[in-house]
Amino acid sequence: MERHNSYSQVKGVSTGTTILAVKFNGGVIIGSDSRASMGESYVSSKTINKLIQVHDKIFCCIAGSLADAQAVTKMAKFQLSFHSIQMESPPLVKAAASIMRELCYNNKEELQAGFITAGWDRKKGPQIYVVSLGGMLLSQPFTIGGSGSTYIYGYVDAKFKPDMSLEEATQFSTNALALAMGRDNVSGGVVHLVVITEAGAKHIVVPGDKLPKFHDE
Amino acid sequence: MSGEMFPEPGWLSEEVKTGTTIIAVTFDGGVVLGSDSRVSAGETVVNRVMNKLSLLHDKIYCALSGSAADAQTIAEIVNYQLDVHSIEVEDDPLVCSAATLVKNISYKYKEELSAHLIVAGWDRKEGGQVYATLNGLLTRQPFAIGGSGSFYIHGFVDAEYRKKMTKRECQEFVVNALSLAMGRDGSSGGVAYVVTIDQDGAEEKCVLGNELPKFFDQ
Repeated sequence: MERHNSYSQVKGVSTGTTILAVKFNGGVIIGSDSRASMGESYVSSKTINKLIQVHDKIFCCIAGSLADAQAVTKMAKFQLSFHSIQMESPPLVKAAASIMRELCYNNKEELQAGFITAGWDRKKGPQIYVVSLGGMLLSQPFTIGGSGSTYIYGYVDAKFKPDMSLEEATQFSTNALALAMGRDNVSGGVVHLVVITEAGAKHIVVPGDKLPKFHDE
Repeated sequence: MSGEMFPEPGWLSEEVKTGTTIIAVTFDGGVVLGSDSRVSAGETVVNRVMNKLSLLHDKIYCALSGSAADAQTIAEIVNYQLDVHSIEVEDDPLVCSAATLVKNISYKYKEELSAHLIVAGWDRKEGGQVYATLNGLLTRQPFAIGGSGSFYIHGFVDAEYRKKMTKRECQEFVVNALSLAMGRDGSSGGVAYVVTIDQDGAEEKCVLGNELPKFFDQ
């Protein structure tokens, strides 16, 4: 069987990973696994948090080279805080995503990282933006990324419904991440979820033994 | 006008592969096999209605994936060997025998061949069975998926498979899985072929593109 192409064929520490973001009724959930690997056989960290807070109610998650992703998010965080001081109001999610897109597009030769930006703002409520490897910016109701995401395309296509409740969306995200972690050997560890609503951001961790089990486990 | 040639179409030089989605699932009393129908040579689709579910015996079928030529040849050889075998034992062959014959060829010629066949059927001894024969391995499983499109539905089948489904639920499960994979894999598409095998025989069905289930599409 052919090896499926994955983001994790990059230099140094890479987050061969599974990330997702889902819009539900009143907010977004952004989630990821917690494994960082070097090559395909060494797990360099079992508990890395790939959900980076770039502002109070805007989070980013990263897939691809960890070094590139950290550099980009640091710069984005700085530019975003400067921008929000100038505008004298919390930044729009689209503004955060656009900053990432500018950085990715202008440095597309050197960088190898894709981002999902999700959050809540007063203008449009909950939103999810995807910045792909070359710098394309796209808004979607849900999105998945990382090497483990190929295994759950079928599952999320079948199970996603618009306007889910918080419980349904949490179950959907946890199931999807657990399924991907079960099949992708460079995704694993615990499930990190951040629920972002008008009220703020809440971080939930689902440890390995509390993950949903499926028919053959 | 300069003597510039048009680039040669891919199908003249690319190997013909059944980049594909195949699936076989057991239910209480038989098996259901399913496949898409696309055959590609590089970027060209050379056949959009190929039936990848090949008969090995009355109640034993196999699903083809990988190199089209290799997979078809293995299926033909095993079909012949099974006929001879069933005459010798004066009875219908076991699914395990068919799977073993496929495995023997896959293993012996594993350097030259690149095909993965899923063998499934019904026999009197063990009922419905599914065997995966990837690269010369032989393993019996409650269900098996294969082909390039199968990567996208690993999560779906892991979550949705239940033991002891009825025949109807199994057929729906197979058609849903194929439809999802065809929606995401560029090398899978066309129509869905479904074969249901139980003690009464094999029933072939074709589900056209516009009859396939639709899922949330933004």
